[in-house]
Formats: sequence, C-alpha cells, structure tokens
Amino acid sequence: MFQRVSRRAFSVLVVAEHEAGKIGQGTLAAVTAAKQINSGPVTVLVAGSDAAAAAEAAGKISGVDNVLHAKDAKYDHAVAEQVSALLVSLQKANNYTHILGTASNEGKNFIPRAAALLDAQPISDIVSVVSADTFVRPVYAGNALATVQSTDAVKILTVRPTAFEKAAAEGGSAAVAEASGETASGPASTWKEDQIVKSDRPDLGSAKRVVAGGRGMKSGENFEMLYKLADKMGAAVGASRAAVDAGFVPNELQIGQTGKVVAPELYLAVGLSGAVQHLAGMKDSKVITCINKDPEAPIFQVSDYGLEGDLFKEVPA
Amino acid sequence: MKVLVGVKRVVDYAVKIRIKADKSAVETASVKMSMNPFCEIAVEEAVRMKEKKIADEVIAVSIGPKQAQETIRTALAMGADRGVHITTDARTDQEVQPLAVAKVLAALVEQEQPGMVVLGKQAIDDDSNQTGQMLAGLLDWPQATFANEVTVADDKASVQVVREIDGGLQTLSAPLPAVVTADLRLNQPRYATLPNIMKAKKKKIAKHKAADFGVDLASTVEVVSVEDPPVRQAGQK
Repeated sequence: MFQRVSRRAFSVLVVAEHEAGKIGQGTLAAVTAAKQINSGPVTVLVAGSDAAAAAEAAGKISGVDNVLHAKDAKYDHAVAEQVSALLVSLQKANNYTHILGTASNEGKNFIPRAAALLDAQPISDIVSVVSADTFVRPVYAGNALATVQSTDAVKILTVRPTAFEKAAAEGGSAAVAEASGETASGPASTWKEDQIVKSDRPDLGSAKRVVAGGRGMKSGENFEMLYKLADKMGAAVGASRAAVDAGFVPNELQIGQTGKVVAPELYLAVGLSGAVQHLAGMKDSKVITCINKDPEAPIFQVSDYGLEGDLFKEVPA
Repeated sequence: MKVLVGVKRVVDYAVKIRIKADKSAVETASVKMSMNPFCEIAVEEAVRMKEKKIADEVIAVSIGPKQAQETIRTALAMGADRGVHITTDARTDQEVQPLAVAKVLAALVEQEQPGMVVLGKQAIDDDSNQTGQMLAGLLDWPQATFANEVTVADDKASVQVVREIDGGLQTLSAPLPAVVTADLRLNQPRYATLPNIMKAKKKKIAKHKAADFGVDLASTVEVVSVEDPPVRQAGQK
C-alpha cells in the first residue's frame, strides 16, 4: 500500500489534573515531558464545572502555549467515559501528534480508553523521552526498562511524575480558550462519592520527604510514632503493601509496583523489609535510609544509610 | 448472567528476572510462570458471584502459547465453568499489546454476550494497566477500574463499585454490562483444592486463533530494547 509520509506539525495536548484551582504536580511533569518530545505548541486541557481558576493557573505554567477550558460538570471527578469522549472530539478537531496524561490513578483510568477510541496503542508510565516516537518505560516492577517505539499517528502516553522535572508554575502567559466535546455515546458510570483522607501533611506523591512503615510496625497504633516523626520532619507518611493489607493504614498510603511511585529527596523506611514490589515504588528517591532489626533485609541493599536496630527503641529516641 | 474473566500467564511475582544478553527481552525460558496475581483476584470475584447466584456461568479466557492452557485450568479449578484459549507464539509480555488483547476480547464479548467482564487491573510483566479500559472503550461500555468492592444490584441491571483513587476511595455506579478491573484488596483468592483440580480436567477449553476473530495481534508499538535499570549501591550501616 502506498504510504504518504506526512510532515505534520508537532503539537502536544496535556490533560491536566487539578483541584481547588491548583494544577497537579503530575501535570507540571507532563509539561516538561511535552517540551522534551518536540518543539511544537503545548496545549493544556482543564476540564470540569469549577475549573476556571485552574485554567488560568495552567496558562501561567512556563512553556505552555495554549489552554483549553472545557467547562462542564460531566468532567468532574474525571469520569473516564466523558473525559475520553472529550479527548476524541479534541483530537478530531485539532489532530495532535501527542496526547499526554499523568500516570496516576486518574490519568490511568481515562487515557487508555481514549487511546482505544482513537485506535492507538498507549504507552504507560514513561520515565524518559528518547525522541518524538521513542520512549522508555519500566516493566517487571521496574526491574527492567523497555525502550519502545510507536508508529501510531497520535502517540498517547502517561507520564511518571517523579521522572521529570516539574515545569515552573509561573512565567507562562498562555490564553485560555473555551472548549467542548461530545458527551459519551454509550452508557457511562455515575460518580456517587469520594472518601478522601484529608491530611495536613504533604501529598505523598510529591513530598520532599517520606517516612514509610512496613509490617515491622506491628499495628496501626504504632504508626502514630511515624506520624509524629513525619510531622517533625515535614514529611508525608507511606507504607508497604503488607502494612496496608494488615489494616495498619489506609490503601492510599501504599507505595510500590501497584501503588504509588514516589521519589522524594529523603525516604526513611521503618520496619519495612524492602520486597521487590515495594522498591519499584521508591528506588528513585535521592537518599534512602532505613531502620530495621534484620541486617539481611533487602532494604539495606538500596539504602544509603541503614540503621540496624529495633524501631521501637530507635524511633522514639 | 455470564461473567467473562481474562487470565494472563506471566513470570511468577517471586522470580528475580534476568534480561537476555541481546537486550531484546526478559529471559522467560525455564522460568517459573504463574497466573497474574490480579487475574487471580478477578477469577475469585467472578466465582464468588456464581456462588451468590448472581452469575450463572464464568468463562475464563487467555491469550498465549500452549502453556496458557495451564493458566486457564487453574481458573477452572478455582471455579470457572469453561475456558477459551486464543493461541499465539508471540511474546505476551511485549509483542502482544493491550490494544490487540482488547480487540480479541471485544470480539469474544460480541459472541458470548456476558453481563460483566472482570480483568485484573494490570499484568505484573508489562505493568501497562490498560486492557480493561481499552476493552470498555471498544465496546462502548461503562468501566469501573481499580475495584476494591463490587456489588451487583438485585435486578442485575447495574453495579456499584468502590474503587481506589489517588487520594482515597471513590464510589461509582454503572449500568450493566460493564468492564470491571480488580485491584489488590478486592478479595483474597482461594487456592484450588485437589478435588477441584481433578474436576477441572473435565471442563472444556475451546481453542482459537486471533485471526478467527478478525484480529491481527501485531502492534504499532515495538519494543526496541530491554535493559537493566541503574543500580543503586548499598551505603553504610
């Protein structure tokens, strides 16, 4: 079949995460990835019923050229069926060469659906951009890095927030334009409620310091020690899967292959052995430290500083 | 209501993987393989629905080489009623990508007309976390991903799902038929008991090729190389 090689101008759409007028850290990382992909214009999409402030904030991000504001309640809570339909509408209208989302539960929920509707094979959780069509992503719980190349007309990606510098939130002056899209054609899910754990502590995904507890904490009450320590350190609190499964802490604290991926400046693992699946979620931290009474625990292998000791003596000290 | 469950044969989660010398892929020859842990959870959820008389038949489907039959047999031993094996010798950890899998499953759904499709949220080999979402898109069905709790309404016309979101939990309601993907805490899968393993040998597994469903498994995304990640040195104690 005769194939015409079209020199289409690059243009990237970044689907923003936002809350209460603020653009999410993952989106700032995606903007950086977008700039690394090519020299074309970067458009940020902000969708929702109450997103005008977020749309304005998006316009101020350094490196952003345009902002699309889709003001409609059907996009609230990033309902996958609706956001995907919006992305398809925008793609049909604007023919982007790349569509980027964040590799968070939110982005991972709608990006693949949109890709299927556009007959594209999405690439999840990229950690590096090699060129406009080639990207690196972790596989096998991050124990291998795969370099993949796409020949899709539109490359659809989710970006691992910890793998890219965050674009500066100020310095840009992009105009905000109103946008709209088709409503999902088929039956869609309906949002009922969210149970968000409110905390004064920094957000786990973007905290500069994280204290994480494992099965060695032995109980949920004992996590109080870590919460106190975290407050002294200005840190967020995370946990291993074992601690979450045992009911010591809620699900959203889980760090690992199938939980959150974090890369803080300082990671302190307490009573946590360091199973491969957990390491997948934190091994890119700048400095890793641990407290564990088992000198053979794998966590020592990745720690810059390890304290071999009983956490119940060492932490309160 | 029929429930269709996807099961993938992957490198066992406890195996320390090695990359082939030519950097083309992860070494899987002579390596222990198992059912993807999230697929086990999906099978368990479907079997529980049957036990609660919400579902009347559970069909387990897998795309993979001859040995994928073993993975289907495990699902049958856990309580699935019959299996479908879509044979391929392509590597299912990198050559067969989620869009192709979703297209095959969509064709199977058109044939079987299940009331729900339950998949694991991600496979622990490629860690894509895409197939369920893509299948829902192709079918134009509602989706409820990262499910922590699934409750089918008494009239079986809808399902309420509590799912994991970045900051906590979210409750969604979706009309059936729908695609649900299983997260870690949805349930604790059962071990197949020996009597059930024996019974499973009598259950039927239908064999097909992807081409029988009009699907080409080739992908627009190609793995160029697979490498070790940068090694972190141990520090001081």
